Amino acid sequence: MPPLTKKERMQIPRQPMPEQPPLERNKNFLEVNLGLTEELARMEAQRCLQCPKPVCIDGCPVGVQIRDFIQLVSEGDFLGAAAKIKQDNALPAVCGRVCPQEEQCEVKCVVGVKHDPVAIGRLERFVSDYERETIGIRTPAIKPKTGKKVAVIGSGPAGLSCAGDLIQLGHDVTVFEALHEVGGVLIYGIPEFRLPKSIVKAEVDALKSLGVEFQTNAVIGFTDTIDELFASGYNAVFIAVGAGLPYFMNIPGENYNGVYSANEFLTRVNLMKAYKFPEYDTPVFDCKDKNVAVFGGGNTAMDAVRTAKRLGAKNAYIMYRRSEKEMPARLEEVHHAKQEGIEFVFLTNPLEFLGDENGWLRSVKLQKMKLGEPDASGRRRPVPIPNSEYITELDMAVVAIGNGSNPIIQKTTPDLSYNKWGNIIVDEATMKTSKKGVFAGGDIVSGGATVILAMGAGRTAAKAINNYLNNTEAR
Amino acid sequence: MNKIVSAEFLAADIKRFVVEAPKIAAKRKAGQFVIVRIDEKGERIPLTIADSNKDQGTITIIVQGIGKTTKEINSHKTGDYFLDVVGPLGKPSHIENFGTAVSIGGGVGTAIAFPTAVALKEAGNHTIVINGARNKDLVILEEELKNVADELYITTDDGSYGYHGFVTQKLQELIDSGRKIDFVLAIGPIPMMKAVANTTRPYGIKTVVSLNPVMVDGTGMCGGCRATVDNKTVFVCVDGPEFDAHLVDFELLTKRNRTYNQNEKVALESHLCAIDKAFFEAVKTETIHQ
Ligand SMILES: Cc1cc2nc3c(=O)[nH]c(=O)nc-3n(C[C@H](O)[C@H](O)[C@H](O)COP(=O)(O)OP(=O)(O)OC[C@H]3O[C@@H](n4cnc5c(N)ncnc54)[C@H](O)[C@@H]3O)c2cc1C
Ligand SMILES: Cc1cc2nc3c(=O)[nH]c(=O)nc-3n(C[C@H](O)[C@H](O)[C@H](O)COP(=O)(O)OP(=O)(O)OC[C@H]3O[C@@H](n4cnc5c(N)ncnc54)[C@H](O)[C@@H]3O)c2cc1C
Ligand code: SF4
Ligand code: SF4
Ligand code: FES
Repeated sequence: MPPLTKKERMQIPRQPMPEQPPLERNKNFLEVNLGLTEELARMEAQRCLQCPKPVCIDGCPVGVQIRDFIQLVSEGDFLGAAAKIKQDNALPAVCGRVCPQEEQCEVKCVVGVKHDPVAIGRLERFVSDYERETIGIRTPAIKPKTGKKVAVIGSGPAGLSCAGDLIQLGHDVTVFEALHEVGGVLIYGIPEFRLPKSIVKAEVDALKSLGVEFQTNAVIGFTDTIDELFASGYNAVFIAVGAGLPYFMNIPGENYNGVYSANEFLTRVNLMKAYKFPEYDTPVFDCKDKNVAVFGGGNTAMDAVRTAKRLGAKNAYIMYRRSEKEMPARLEEVHHAKQEGIEFVFLTNPLEFLGDENGWLRSVKLQKMKLGEPDASGRRRPVPIPNSEYITELDMAVVAIGNGSNPIIQKTTPDLSYNKWGNIIVDEATMKTSKKGVFAGGDIVSGGATVILAMGAGRTAAKAINNYLNNTEAR
Repeated sequence: MNKIVSAEFLAADIKRFVVEAPKIAAKRKAGQFVIVRIDEKGERIPLTIADSNKDQGTITIIVQGIGKTTKEINSHKTGDYFLDVVGPLGKPSHIENFGTAVSIGGGVGTAIAFPTAVALKEAGNHTIVINGARNKDLVILEEELKNVADELYITTDDGSYGYHGFVTQKLQELIDSGRKIDFVLAIGPIPMMKAVANTTRPYGIKTVVSLNPVMVDGTGMCGGCRATVDNKTVFVCVDGPEFDAHLVDFELLTKRNRTYNQNEKVALESHLCAIDKAFFEAVKTETIHQ
């Protein structure tokens, strides 16, 4: 087949992602997207113009060599493509699924100017799934052992990617995780139907096979402090504890039974497998035939509301105080949620939860909003409309308005510098903190962000930690 | 995996476990707790560290079987394992030499209060312990408490042992006798803690209770353990578990602890069914073998 002309390429439509039918999938926890077939992937890859200046790469926080990997896909060299991506992205099977591509790589793609952009994320997902399912995740060669030891605190994307790079560089790495499972938000937050846990496990197993040690049930600060880690022989520490402190709205009635933080609701369902109750012991509110509302407009809110729907909710609402345009969630998730029968109530803010004498949530008092002037984030600020209050019946509510930083490390490591939100202050180029030998990255530094940014921070830190360890200043 | 070094019943449904957990044993302070998960499908259950032995690398927990998981925990024997034990969690008790300190434990709360009673004594307090139980068979830790307390009062609701009445009646008697009491710690069922708070409030005696909301992670990540103290929301696992008794909203705590009653009934029933079935199977095989 002669190579296609630019024009011909532009005429190929964006290939559809095979998915479970909406009204079937909203009753199960299996993955929504089924993944591209080889044919679809190669066809999609043909849409890439192989730009001399691939601007798409500017949109990717870790600079995946998008053009080159897509070229390999179009040639049918899927394993070559997977290896190409791995040079910059340690968790492509995850990022291909959860990156907000429409704001990152794909928004820059030149094809997107007139047509739909090349489906970079889906191709990334395809090749990494292909590799895992055919030959298994390939592990890189490891440099000779340096005898240096690094403690990584937290096993989310930041911690995992940092551990992966450091072990390759010949250092010994132990990852300490507070929970009983490894993966951070990828395990306890993002649901199975969007990111199967077997994929995270496969990545973790690959790290284990490289020699990374994992200690679960280790809450650093309590089980060991950072100074105790140094005293027990670690030469450097990377803090990647995420942004795990749920914000509440501080409105009356928020402690009624049936009002959850998104973290609790999702942790019960994902980590503790409450969707399999009573086979698994941990219960969650029985959503069956109930009215459920999730407050918020981000990925967490979408995950919570779609989870509630899958648990049988009769009406599952997203209630968001701005309009659809301002919602920070990935486009695909909003689209999927709509298909699954989620009802969106925009420009609406809760004022008060109302309950019964036994302390159970019964309804919520809402207020209508309109959009005013843009605020610091550039999004138009929601302003209450006077006398627009109304009451909606509700059996369960989930508050998904974001996370602050968990205070355990801060309280037990006073000699680190923090900003007023409790985020650790670092030198952006090296992720170095104010404490000798201690680096930090991911959500604990940036505040709630994205998987790819956390992963990128982990890699930046790994480089800096390597320099530090090879330098005489290390203890 | 954490090995159970010893397991013995102290009373019906109340069992004491000594468990291997060297790091926790080395670090834990009075008032802190662990979270235990018995197996892959298990819930995460918060349990106070009743005691520890640094040299042997063990901690002691005392468990009352009240629901599915605690009953399952109590079916574990010496030599068995718990899948996960994480800790020490929560803030240690605030200990100082208050003068005269009264430590009140109700039911399994006696076990939870025990380490703090020891710490109060070690800090130089004249330590009075009131240990309440429904009846004689449910009295636990009497010997251990005798070694700690300057004065020990056992109360039973039915008068089958010790003082006949509630712990608060004994406390009121002590107050009425004109003794100067500087500090009260009360741990037990919510109604008991609330009653103690009401007893000491008029006298302005500093009173601390240990709250027991339903927990998941125990690290401040989920907010499931929230309670209202001084009209503010707290996360008990990281801000507590001990709080000023006069500021706690006990009503709310009681209601929130009922969140999963319906689910837990289902779990317990299916668990008991499984036990019945196992029993039935055992009987059947035995019959066949005869
Ligand atoms: C529900 C949900 C959906 C999301 N969806 C998306 C999405 O679609 N796309 C996207 O890009 N991003 C998404 N995000 C955001 C993304 O998951 C995070 O930005 C990312 O996981 C941050 O990675 P991290 O490594 O910094 O921390 P985390 O993933 O939060 O991991 C931190 C880990 O550290 C552990 N830890 C905390 N304290 C301690 C301690 N003291 N000792 C030991 N361990 C500790 C925690 O238990 C946790 O496992 C979502 C987030 C949530 C909550
Ligand atoms: C910080 C802390 C320390 C604790 N220390 C101990 C201890 O040392 N020994 C001990 O035996 N127990 C202790 N508990 C209580 C123990 O965690 C609960 O009894 C246990 O979680 C119940 O689990 P279950 O599955 O067996 O019962 P479930 O089936 O979950 O519940 C059975 C019944 O108990 C009630 N209940 C549910 N959760 C709790 C709870 N957290 N506390 C009290 N009642 C509850 C329910 O309303 C229900 O009626 C502690 C709790 C906390 C928060
Ligand atoms: S890592 Fe994310 S942003 Fe980068 S190319 Fe892949 S999908 Fe796009
Ligand atoms: S910008 Fe689009 S067309 Fe150009 S190389 Fe990147 S993916 Fe291909
Ligand atoms: S148990 Fe989750 S925040 Fe306390």
